[in-house]
Amino acid sequence: MLRWIVWRDLTLAWRRRADILSTVFFFIIVVSLFPLGIGPETQLLRSIAPGVIWVAALLASMLSLNRLFANDLQDGTLEQLLLTPQPLFLVVLGKVLAHWIVSEIPLVLIAPLVGLQFDIPGETLLILVVSLLVGTPVLSLIGSVGAALTLGLRGGGVLISILVLPLYIPALIFGAGAVEASIIGASPAPHLYLLGAFAIVSLIFSPWATAAALRISLE
Amino acid sequence: MNLYKYASPANFYPLAGKMIPWFAIPSAILFAAGLYVGFFIAPTDFQQGDAYRIIFIHVPSAWMGMFLYVLMAIYAGIGWAFNARLASMMASAIAITGAMFTLLSLVTGALWGKPTWGTYWAWDARMTSTLILLFLYIGFISLQSAIDDTRRADRAGAVLALVGVINVPIIYFSVQWWNTLHQGASIRILGKPTIAAPMLAAMLIVLAACWFYSVAVVLIRLRCIILEREQNASRFAEVNA
Repeated sequence: MLRWIVWRDLTLAWRRRADILSTVFFFIIVVSLFPLGIGPETQLLRSIAPGVIWVAALLASMLSLNRLFANDLQDGTLEQLLLTPQPLFLVVLGKVLAHWIVSEIPLVLIAPLVGLQFDIPGETLLILVVSLLVGTPVLSLIGSVGAALTLGLRGGGVLISILVLPLYIPALIFGAGAVEASIIGASPAPHLYLLGAFAIVSLIFSPWATAAALRISLE
Repeated sequence: MNLYKYASPANFYPLAGKMIPWFAIPSAILFAAGLYVGFFIAPTDFQQGDAYRIIFIHVPSAWMGMFLYVLMAIYAGIGWAFNARLASMMASAIAITGAMFTLLSLVTGALWGKPTWGTYWAWDARMTSTLILLFLYIGFISLQSAIDDTRRADRAGAVLALVGVINVPIIYFSVQWWNTLHQGASIRILGKPTIAAPMLAAMLIVLAACWFYSVAVVLIRLRCIILEREQNASRFAEVNA
């Protein structure tokens, strides 16, 4: 069931490639805005780089969230998925996994290029990729709770941002903290371990919360 | 005596009305007493002079912000688990009072920080997690106002409130887990407090005043919510008139 859901979502995403690419372009554009607004001084850019890249990743993943359930809601598939005998936890987990592969992995892959814009040293680029790799599952998982709660509401993207961004803040603090630590020469390991802990905890609890929220939104 | 009849909004409405003055008047008295003790009787601090006296508003409002969030999450959870409308209405009524206390604690903290730490805002762990608490309150209120169907709004708010409740222990333990500008806990439930007795007394009196105020205000708001939602029920026809 899990494999089927992931495969189905990946296939559907492949048919709408433009949607996915727009997330990546948004990320690149937002990150590029900061040097344009702040000035090209290298030292300054290097110090703001971790935060800026992470905030852009947060915003990009937040914008991609309503794609998680909205299409299935519109054509009625979501109701059918709620009626299957398989646990809704697995359905949600599959959809979030597919969403992560499609929306977040491109960000992780593009991050080194974007990091070069800020003159981040080579080893730190690796830490940046690792922190995003560990942190983006948290973003997808927690974001899925927000997406399920706001299903079909007219508030749209703004409402989901208000709900989900406060819950993203711990991931932001430790993700950007890991890259920051690597830039100043300290060990990023504590930050990455805590980020990993968040990823595991959200992996266990958020599909369950999302499933409950889906049932609430669809009754 | 059957207390469960008060689980019905129609039965709780007159009870709440009778309870309000019993909480509002003591609240005013306790505020006056607590602030008097805090401003005039408590001794001047050795390090901070008289600037520390804002603590008598800052600390109780921070505590209230945290307590009310947990209370709101519990009521919302009860309303969701037992399908009890009144519990969910209570959660909605608590939300904005909790947000107000959290905002008050952030503002009084900023005003206190300027003369003592030199800055209005410092991004230490406790301050940041209290700011997150304020955002969680705002998210709860926004979500409930965005959903037209009241039962769906109640349950969705319950999910959000319960997901966010993890933040409250983080605020509480943040001073132990991180080296921050905020000092460690001076008031322990079991054990001797490390601050002067009149200061502790004033803080506790103002805290009691905040509790009484919260109960009164939440009950007033709850009565309004009951009227809004039950307005089509005939038993409220004469109240509306």
